[in-house]
Amino acid sequence: MKVFWTYVCLLFFSNALFATEVNIYSARKEALIKPLLDRYTEQTGVEVNLVTGKADALIKRLELEGANSPADLLLTVDVGRLHRAKQLNLLAAVESQSLNEAIPEIYRDPDGFWFGLSLRSRVIVYAKKSVSSERLSTYEALADPVWKNKICVRSSSNIYNQSLVSSLVAHLGEEKTELWAKALVSNLARSPKGGDRDQIKAVSVGQCSLALVNTYYLAGMMTSKIASEVTAASKVGLFWPNQNGRGAHVNISGAGVTHSSTRKEEAMRLLEYFAGEQAQAWYAENNHEYPVRAGIAMSETLKQWGEFKSDQLALSKLGELNTSAVRLMDRAGWK
Amino acid sequence: MSSLGLLSWPGFIPDWIQRSRFHPWLMGLILIASLLAIPVFCILLSVFLDSGDVWQHLYETVLVSYILNSLALVSGVGFLVLSLGIIPAWLVTMYKFPGRKILSWALLLPMAIPAYIIAYTYTGMLDVAGPLQIMLREFFAWEYGDYWFPEVRSLGGAIFMLALVLYPYVYLLSRAAFIEQSLCVLEVSRTLGCGPFRSFYKVAIPLARPAIIAGLSLVMMETLADYGTVQYFGVATFTTGIFRTWFGLGSSVAAAQLAVVLLMLIMLVVILEAWSRQQARYHHTSNRYSKLIRKPLRGVPGSIATIACVLPVAFGFVIPAVQLFIWARQTWSDVIDKEFFALIGHSVELAAIASVTAVLLTLFIAYGKRLFSNPLTSFIVRFLGMGYAIPGTVIAVGVLIPFAWLDNSVDAWMRLHMGVSTGLLFSGTIFALIFAYLVRFLPVSLNAVDAGLSKVRPSMDEAGRSMGLNAGNILRKIHVPMLKGSILTAALLVFVDVLKELPATLILRPFNFNTLAIRTYELANEERLAEAASPALAIVLVGIIPVIILSRSISRSRTGHD
Amino acid sequence: MTNTLELRDVSVAIEERPIINSLSFSLEKGEIACLLGPSGCGKTTLLRTIAGFERPTTGEVWLESRLVSDEHIMVPVEDRKVGMVFQDYALFPHLNVKDNIAFGLQQMNSNERKARVEEMAELLEVSSFLNDYPHRLSGGQQQRVALARAIATRPNVLLLDEPFASLDIELREQIAKEMRTVLKANGVTAILVSHNQMEAFAMADTIGVMRDGALLQWDNAFTLYHRPVCTYVADFVGDGVFLPGKVINSTNVETELGIINGGQSHGFAFDDEVIVLIRPDDIIHDDSSGMQAKVQDKAFRGAEFLYTLALESGLQVLTLVPSHHNHALDESIGIRLEIDHLVVFPAQ
Repeated sequence: MKVFWTYVCLLFFSNALFATEVNIYSARKEALIKPLLDRYTEQTGVEVNLVTGKADALIKRLELEGANSPADLLLTVDVGRLHRAKQLNLLAAVESQSLNEAIPEIYRDPDGFWFGLSLRSRVIVYAKKSVSSERLSTYEALADPVWKNKICVRSSSNIYNQSLVSSLVAHLGEEKTELWAKALVSNLARSPKGGDRDQIKAVSVGQCSLALVNTYYLAGMMTSKIASEVTAASKVGLFWPNQNGRGAHVNISGAGVTHSSTRKEEAMRLLEYFAGEQAQAWYAENNHEYPVRAGIAMSETLKQWGEFKSDQLALSKLGELNTSAVRLMDRAGWK
Repeated sequence: MSSLGLLSWPGFIPDWIQRSRFHPWLMGLILIASLLAIPVFCILLSVFLDSGDVWQHLYETVLVSYILNSLALVSGVGFLVLSLGIIPAWLVTMYKFPGRKILSWALLLPMAIPAYIIAYTYTGMLDVAGPLQIMLREFFAWEYGDYWFPEVRSLGGAIFMLALVLYPYVYLLSRAAFIEQSLCVLEVSRTLGCGPFRSFYKVAIPLARPAIIAGLSLVMMETLADYGTVQYFGVATFTTGIFRTWFGLGSSVAAAQLAVVLLMLIMLVVILEAWSRQQARYHHTSNRYSKLIRKPLRGVPGSIATIACVLPVAFGFVIPAVQLFIWARQTWSDVIDKEFFALIGHSVELAAIASVTAVLLTLFIAYGKRLFSNPLTSFIVRFLGMGYAIPGTVIAVGVLIPFAWLDNSVDAWMRLHMGVSTGLLFSGTIFALIFAYLVRFLPVSLNAVDAGLSKVRPSMDEAGRSMGLNAGNILRKIHVPMLKGSILTAALLVFVDVLKELPATLILRPFNFNTLAIRTYELANEERLAEAASPALAIVLVGIIPVIILSRSISRSRTGHD
Repeated sequence: MTNTLELRDVSVAIEERPIINSLSFSLEKGEIACLLGPSGCGKTTLLRTIAGFERPTTGEVWLESRLVSDEHIMVPVEDRKVGMVFQDYALFPHLNVKDNIAFGLQQMNSNERKARVEEMAELLEVSSFLNDYPHRLSGGQQQRVALARAIATRPNVLLLDEPFASLDIELREQIAKEMRTVLKANGVTAILVSHNQMEAFAMADTIGVMRDGALLQWDNAFTLYHRPVCTYVADFVGDGVFLPGKVINSTNVETELGIINGGQSHGFAFDDEVIVLIRPDDIIHDDSSGMQAKVQDKAFRGAEFLYTLALESGLQVLTLVPSHHNHALDESIGIRLEIDHLVVFPAQ
């Protein structure tokens, strides 16, 4: 019993802070960030502590913990959440020459509240066997009735779909986008379920002809250890939509220094490391994401897909429009 | 005379206790219960907050489908767990058939598998792109659409997945009830012209009803709180709705309000059930047991019994475990490093602390309720029971709110008066995490211990009292030894539940602290199912140990049993 | 007249352990029998065999001229129409009294059923709590409900397993008599299992004494008491002592108490060493008698004393004496023998 209580007492102080540390709340999964952090610690001697979780829950935790929150950095895998955190006054603006130089303007907050660290595009994949890429053009064209019962897409609860629809709202307006969403829903081959890899698999076996997926999922399958995933990926082709117009929709993973941080300087150093060449290359190689920084070597898979034109819409817009996008999808019956 | 002992039940509380309105035990009970009720209370308070026009939007678009899907899910799972749980429980209790001994504990094994893992596993196997369908297509030279195959990822699939891992609750509790049933009552029914089947549903089932209902309500609450499975299967339920409202529509207030509606529905069901029981009692009018001699079933009936018990184990445990094993074999070298053992350590540590604490608190609360049975205590206990039905994430926020408030208030006070900052004392510690587990899983252990305690005759208390023991000593020296089985059940159920718990752990855990469930989730959520198999399998393996202990202790601890 | 129940050479084994050994008896319609014996003698197993819960390894059970059990045939319990009352009554706790009584009346339509329940309730005086649940009833009330439930179906035979064991001792005999009245008035054939001879005497027309799975004697109470077939039955039923003696001739035995003449042949040869059963009522207190014995112990029984007397040799006998004869311990009193039934067994 005594041991138990001693233990409990020790737990109370597990938040005790040490000098050279940075604490991260990360919506990026541990496996996709820990190796980088370990390398950073090795190089600088700064301990990095990590809690991973769902972005909204982490934001809620940050919000409730308030001024005493131990977190120094908030890392998310889409821009909408960073925008929300900024609006809730949870982030602090930082001024960093090297961040501003490394990251193009559209991929960071104009006031320095958050910075994009890697890019992912939401693209169309098609069944090589039954669809030729010439029949594909834009996101908008997916509403065409010729695709009736041919399209697979995951649930509208997924942030990547929400941000894609937000971008459409930004470009087309709410009314047109809702019509588009309704038409898309009526073209679905099955009710939305599973993740992006599931959509790719469904295309590969012919359950549908087209699917909307993030680039790195397809790349991940192509380089998977599991034979069946590689086979499935080999049966689908990747199509960059809207190349003759505004470009393919992109989202970022990114991070911002928290308002409550007592070590904003250290936190910013870590951000700079994330935007540095070494880290950027690591993402490109290991998770097949596109670097935000120019001149980084990409993985073989990414090279093979070539250059693409990306939507130049200010990403903060996606965050602003997220709620209307979700409501619109609710109305359109997109599950 | 045994039957008269029960007549004195309402009056059994000794005067000395009834008179002491401020008895420390009662005060302690109210204090602990109030603390544990805070998170649910915080969520309830959200009703008074303004959520703008979100409700209007929900009402116009998705609310009806949330309700219908949730109802369909709960009734489907409820119906399935009753058949999967009660029939094997009856068979292994009353009959002898090939494999009975192994099956009697193996039937509990699916409890060790988290629902979302079994969902991922079956999807991996049976999905349109899974090995089975690929094989079918290759063998018959079919294309997709040429043949019919059940869709795993559907409402029906979700019902099956949840039922397969949740039926052990009904099995466990109804089996305990069957074992304790006086055989005489069943035999009387036979002499009155009812065959074995008729006796089963006219006598055995009604008598086991409180146990069955207890198991069923755990299952239903767990089903309503499930997020992982339904989300993956694209079934829009109340719970996915709560998250969508929070994450997608950005309204945590409306999300909490949805959770309150869910709570109200559950309360309604609980009240309806209690009302329908009215004054019928289910404890036996006697405590005499004739020794249970299992009737041997041979030939066809024996095989049918074996199959009826093998099916739930096969589909709920063996098949998914084998699939996980196959995946784990392909990927374990990438996944199992020295940190992997830290994960196991953390998982076991949390589960052990939570289950021990839960049992201690449960004893305190359940026994307090026995001592001071009044509307207040029974309301408190019922209120605590609500925690189980609330999705873990919502509970976690309910836990975050008071802890963060406390920490910040203490910090502000200390800064003002002492000039030092204390920072966050509780938030983000294991303490907060354990607290959340208690809020969520205390109903499970309360259920188990309360059921056991109600079987201890009041005369035992009186005997202890007459020998000069105080309330604490009566509990320690009389009840605890008599309740060993129930206590063990409570502890192990909480242990397994915590082992599998994901959402609250995810939000509340300290820095650099991961568990098997989190590792599994992170990999599975990245759609790296094969890599997720190793930690998933580890959860199952760690979970099996208590399940086996539990099962063995049940069959040992009952009257009339070998 | 055909027998309602007949057992022919029935043997029963449970988990390969023999419990009942080749046992036979029969019951006429309306007859009430009691199986009497210590616990573990197999009497409950026998009851359960008749009910159909156990299967005989050999032998046959016949109910109303129908073979219901042998090695091959096993009519299910529910098709035998046997009523059963268990020691703990086994009332259904989830049903009220009315529904408990009506439980076996599924075949009737609701009017018939209602009438039958009311009839039974009146017969057993449980009408006032028909809507109560069993846990609210006293032990005696529960027992009456259990009986009402069992005979409501008009069973071929009613089986009662230690039905009085849960009642207060003072009530047992009285309730047994009342139960007998009810059963007799309704012509119910019944078998009672008991280890208590007073219950057996109060209830049964015929009593079977059992030991180790065998039926030692199947007779009415009077015969059992006065003509026991073996020392076990003599010892088990009623009080008494065995006095050693020697056979003098075909009717007389010499004992310490003198020569006893039973009036009829006892079947032993001259000079055989025997023991003679002496019941308390065989010894009369008589101050004028020359035969003296010393009071060793006495038990007040209201109208009588039961004295334990020591003979000269130290052997003890019992005697019942009207209670106005109050003698002190160690006092010597005069006794004489008055034996109507000479019961002689070989010396052990």
